[in-house]
Amino acid sequence: MEAINHLPFIVGSYAAAFVVIAGLIAWVMLDFRAQRRALAELELRGLTRRSATTGVGPRMEEAKEKA
Amino acid sequence: MPLTDLANPSRFLSLANRAIPWLGGVTVIAFAFGLSQVMGAPDDYQQGATVKIMYLHVPAAWLGMMAWAVMSAGALGTLVWRHPLADVAAKAAAPIGASFALLCLVTGSLWGRPEWGTYWVWDARLTSELVLFLLYLAVIALWRTVEDPSRAARAAAILTLVGAVDLPIIKFSVDWWNTLHQGTSFGLTGSTIYPTMLIPLLIMAVAFTLLFVTLHLAAMRNEILRRRVRTMRLMQASAVS
Amino acid sequence: MSSLSALLVRDMRIGVRVGGGAIMGVLFFLVVVTMTPFAIGPDLALLKRIGPAILWLAALLASLLALDRLFAADHEDGSLDLLLMSRAPLELVVAVKGLAHWLTTGLPLVVAAPLIGLLLNLDPAAQGALVLTLLVGTPSLTFIGLIGAAIAVALRRGGLLLAILVLPLTVPVLIFGVAAANAAMVGPTPFGTPFTILCALTLMSLVIGPFAAAAALRQEME
Repeated sequence: MEAINHLPFIVGSYAAAFVVIAGLIAWVMLDFRAQRRALAELELRGLTRRSATTGVGPRMEEAKEKA
Repeated sequence: MPLTDLANPSRFLSLANRAIPWLGGVTVIAFAFGLSQVMGAPDDYQQGATVKIMYLHVPAAWLGMMAWAVMSAGALGTLVWRHPLADVAAKAAAPIGASFALLCLVTGSLWGRPEWGTYWVWDARLTSELVLFLLYLAVIALWRTVEDPSRAARAAAILTLVGAVDLPIIKFSVDWWNTLHQGTSFGLTGSTIYPTMLIPLLIMAVAFTLLFVTLHLAAMRNEILRRRVRTMRLMQASAVS
Repeated sequence: MSSLSALLVRDMRIGVRVGGGAIMGVLFFLVVVTMTPFAIGPDLALLKRIGPAILWLAALLASLLALDRLFAADHEDGSLDLLLMSRAPLELVVAVKGLAHWLTTGLPLVVAAPLIGLLLNLDPAAQGALVLTLLVGTPSLTFIGLIGAAIAVALRRGGLLLAILVLPLTVPVLIFGVAAANAAMVGPTPFGTPFTILCALTLMSLVIGPFAAAAALRQEME
């Protein structure tokens, strides 16, 4: 085997693993926050999901009036 | 993978909310333990310290394939059993699997340069792994191009099942073809790797698997929330008109 | 001036979306390069010798991908009529769209080329030369492509016609781009000779492209 130093390749691999894993964690966390923010914004506008109410009718009317 | 009694998204969400922090904690502990084992592991008599890349490269390869297997199970769940969360599981797994496949290619390339003298060679195993990575990108592109989630789910499911053909090719490529890549070290009858290296490898594999499960559950949670947002926005748009 | 910059930002936003040229272009680039060893065989020495040519061809084809939607999409939703009626000269409007196309489609190819060159076993000198030739050559691919895109704008299935129109016009760029990359790899011609001709070709296309495309658009939209 030639006398190239192996250390940069080992360090590079572990650095690459760190970057990839950190990237995945960041993606999951940022996406979670974005979705929660969007849901909070929509809740604020008076919209609720169908299954959160007992009937569909009254809430939809309310949403229509507010919009 | 959600069981039939978790088919209800709300129940899945409450389970996920409870499980994810615990899984995250266990993952961190597993990685800490695994890395300590890796540092204490011996050098290979031929490769020297470079063999330490194996503790990243092999688990990344395994998980890159496992993610596609999870997607395939989700694809079957969508097409055959119409399980409500099957396509959520499939869509969430794709970017995670793609990242592990990419990590496998990158660490393999960095391992190959000191070992074989080249960053890349077109042998059967490397090529089939590259094809797997391209398939991941294709299915992710498909998910994002088709607007309606259920139509996207069916299209992606078909692509996933067809692409699953690549998995046995990757696994058996080193047996079927004359390749530069190392031969099979793992089989049903046991392993040819020496225990002082095998134990750290298995611990790292467990750590990576726990990481995958944690990320996958979190991504599934995000996808369910994303679909709720979409539904509510559509409701809002039709309420205004 | 601000209307042109608004157009630039809008076109870049459209280009960066998943269906747009940026991601699909790089993916296509990667896929085409992956296909070549299946066709040619995995001989690394051979791949290294023809590597620049393969990468140039793949970049050319990837650039073409997003071109046919460049004007046709605007034509379909009526924004092309608005652009034609705007106070800014049509040549500038067309040039701005070309710039947006190059920034979203051509530039990512230039950035991706070294990594993909690794797959073809290119050495650092060849990589560097290749990136330089692509950096200078891809704008001319875009601006020559503008001409074909403008001619084919009103056609519904203009994609293939566009390719037939544009590819012959890009031949000089391809010849000198590959020649420059090869010169850096094997010699004996110095890299500078074909490279300066490539620069000249690009400068010419930056002028001729918008004028010809604008003329074609005016013709088509009458």
